[in-house]
Amino acid sequence: MLAYIIKRLLLMIPTLLGVAVLIFLLLRVVPGDVVEARYMGQGSQFTSQDLMDIERKKLGLDQPIWKQFTTWVWGIMRLDFGLSMWTGSPITEEIKLRFALSLQLAIMATVVATLLAIPLGILAAIKQDTWIDYAVRIFSIAGLAMPSFWLGILMILVMLIFFKWLPPMVYTPFWVNPWDNLAQLIWPALAVGYRYSAVATRMMRSAMLEVLREDYIRTARAKGLWLKLILSRHAMKNAMLPVITVVGLEFAFLLGGLVVTEQVFNLNGLGLLFVEAISHRDYTLTQALVLIVAAVFIFVNFATDIAYAWLDPRIRYR
Amino acid sequence: MMNKRLASLLAIAASAVLAFPLQAQTPRSGGELIFPVPSEPPSYDGHREETFGLIHPLAPFYNTLLRVDPNDKGGTKPYPSIAESWTASSDGRTYTFKIRSGVKFHDGSTLTSRDVKASYDKIIFPPEGVGSSRKGQYAVVETIEAPDANTVVFKLKNASGSFVASLLSPYNFIYKADILAKDMHWYEKNIMGTGPFTFVEHVKGSHVVGKKNPNYWDKGKPYLDGFRAIFIRSSSAQVAAVRGGRAHIQFRGFTPADRDSLKAALGDKITVQESPWDCILMVAINHEKKPFDDKRVRRALSLALDRYQASEALSKIAIVKSVAGVQVPGTPFATPPDELEKLAGYWRDIDKSRAEARKLLKEAGAENLSFTFKNRGTPMPYEPLAVWLIDQWRQIGVNVKQEVIEPAAYYTPLRSGDFQVAMDFQCGYIVEPDLDIYKFLSVDRNHANYGRYTDRVLDDLYDKQSRSTNDEERKKYIRAFEKRLLDEEAHYLLTLQWHRIIPHSSKVKGWTVTPSHYLNNTLDTVWLTE
Repeated sequence: MLAYIIKRLLLMIPTLLGVAVLIFLLLRVVPGDVVEARYMGQGSQFTSQDLMDIERKKLGLDQPIWKQFTTWVWGIMRLDFGLSMWTGSPITEEIKLRFALSLQLAIMATVVATLLAIPLGILAAIKQDTWIDYAVRIFSIAGLAMPSFWLGILMILVMLIFFKWLPPMVYTPFWVNPWDNLAQLIWPALAVGYRYSAVATRMMRSAMLEVLREDYIRTARAKGLWLKLILSRHAMKNAMLPVITVVGLEFAFLLGGLVVTEQVFNLNGLGLLFVEAISHRDYTLTQALVLIVAAVFIFVNFATDIAYAWLDPRIRYR
Repeated sequence: MMNKRLASLLAIAASAVLAFPLQAQTPRSGGELIFPVPSEPPSYDGHREETFGLIHPLAPFYNTLLRVDPNDKGGTKPYPSIAESWTASSDGRTYTFKIRSGVKFHDGSTLTSRDVKASYDKIIFPPEGVGSSRKGQYAVVETIEAPDANTVVFKLKNASGSFVASLLSPYNFIYKADILAKDMHWYEKNIMGTGPFTFVEHVKGSHVVGKKNPNYWDKGKPYLDGFRAIFIRSSSAQVAAVRGGRAHIQFRGFTPADRDSLKAALGDKITVQESPWDCILMVAINHEKKPFDDKRVRRALSLALDRYQASEALSKIAIVKSVAGVQVPGTPFATPPDELEKLAGYWRDIDKSRAEARKLLKEAGAENLSFTFKNRGTPMPYEPLAVWLIDQWRQIGVNVKQEVIEPAAYYTPLRSGDFQVAMDFQCGYIVEPDLDIYKFLSVDRNHANYGRYTDRVLDDLYDKQSRSTNDEERKKYIRAFEKRLLDEEAHYLLTLQWHRIIPHSSKVKGWTVTPSHYLNNTLDTVWLTE
């Protein structure tokens, strides 16, 4: 197992390098650059070519592509992501600010989703084809059908129209003011968590149905074991395998993929930063964000695989 | 007797009614103004950047040499700021500014003419490796001198009708000379001015906070204890912030639908200020692509447009309204509507106009004209205006395909000339012909002329109006310029003037809308009723 873990960790290096090469080249293929984005979009008539040349030189964009790439990769190897081409600030500083919010939101949404999905999925499975099952199915299909940002807009409208209240517009860290923090983040966590739970509920229900039809469950029932015990000790652990995969992948996605929800709730998260970095053609920041998100996905996949082994002792990695 | 008593009672009542609003308008000190900003400053250096995302949160930390009168709705009247007065020599080539005494930087040091000279030297004569966005606007300046601590003298290469207006730029923050001498890039990452508010914090992607400068030179101001600029990209979130009382005002502008929804929800708690906006979308016609080198084709495209009907219809759904020439309607050099109606494409009789358009296309052998119209992927107001344009051209038999390009990549084809017809845009910080019509000079004089034409007659008219210090004479040249640009040669087609709509909390007082979203953001005159 240890050998497997080391092998997986080492495999991350070529994967991330591949991602680095790909994103570096893709960004250079896209038309426009950060200098054009900075000066051409404002409707000014006085931006001179000299100014644009000065700015490009300052950012190293006048250098050959291979040199730009090697400089960047050399920095990454020393864990130096460089400076944002748009703001001139260290990229670690730009990301650090948003990471805390995105991580907290991802955790809160995952908690909401898990708290909804696991009991509802199990309930729907054991009460298959009853009104409870139908209700859970309607609830989860509605979650799948409704984009979380749309649900977010509805929430905001309801709060505005009926309660004349709006969540705070500025992020306050939990340790500074827990109330303000939760007042801002609970709503997007519910909106995102609901959609997320819908996928997991469906997965939990079908996995549970499959497990409940297994021979060992039938044997346990025949032995006269309590249903609660059968579910918690024998069925749930096995049914959780596909759910863990879904939860893991969704969690990784939530860290950088909540662009529209972040806009709706004005959250200063990684998703918005990602979109802004791309629209500003901020190569260094976009590259760093892609690498980070790729690393999170790889790590979550790895953690999921490890969790598989824990949940199902028959699985052994080499 | 009874009548006299009644009259005196009425007089007292009337004077009370009249006096009440005056009393109610007495500025109140205190409070924090909260406003969303749809964009964030890339750096803090006003001399380098071009976005309102810098002006809205950072202008309150600085002063400029001159400013626009904060009560002037037209947004063109020069008003003292760091310079308390100024004079021009009789030949119009020397401007002398008297610098105010007792102005302190936020670090406690005193501002002198040396700081003004250093700031303007950085803008107009930047050293190698330092970018200045506005250098081109001051090509007329020959030298800047600071003969004593309270005097700055600008010597011009020739007389200029727009020089004073160019000093009203809200971007031209006065920086400290000693800091610039040590590091020309210091102000890109630091904030330290003489403005009514001092810098507290900037949390990237979130907000900027400023607090009242207790040593501000304009005694009694600012009225606010502080301000908080919150970066909110989504327009619906901005509207929700105002509606939910999380913000007082957004200084750029909302759509007509946003205004109506806020007014319907909040009634008297919302005050709406509106103004024509010194921004316009125009159609760039690439003169290097056939058949657009033929002015009959270009004129036909303009003649197809029913601008008056569009004004009525589009102003309900988009941030556009007035039918305009090269100047914002209602401003000093704007062409009056009855004169504008004489230009091709501005005729009131649209049937006659379109018949003429079809005739011109036939003469030019372009009856079945079809082309691709490149448009920027910014929904408001690019999208509704493009839909309108395509429909109008269809009505003279022209078939147009729209290609929408992502904003950051939009200027790549325009700069390289890889387009036939495209949407173009310009926005000014002040309504001034020198700034507003510079765009239309020959391509060898302005690379932002995406029509890619050379027209020396236009260049000559521009230079003449620019050098004239007589307003009537300038008007004459501007009219001739406008006629040649929009009618005779139809080099560019103007759509509709943008319309700025600011619905704000009725608690906000002391702020006047202008045609520019770059102006009136120092916040020294703004106060809150509660």
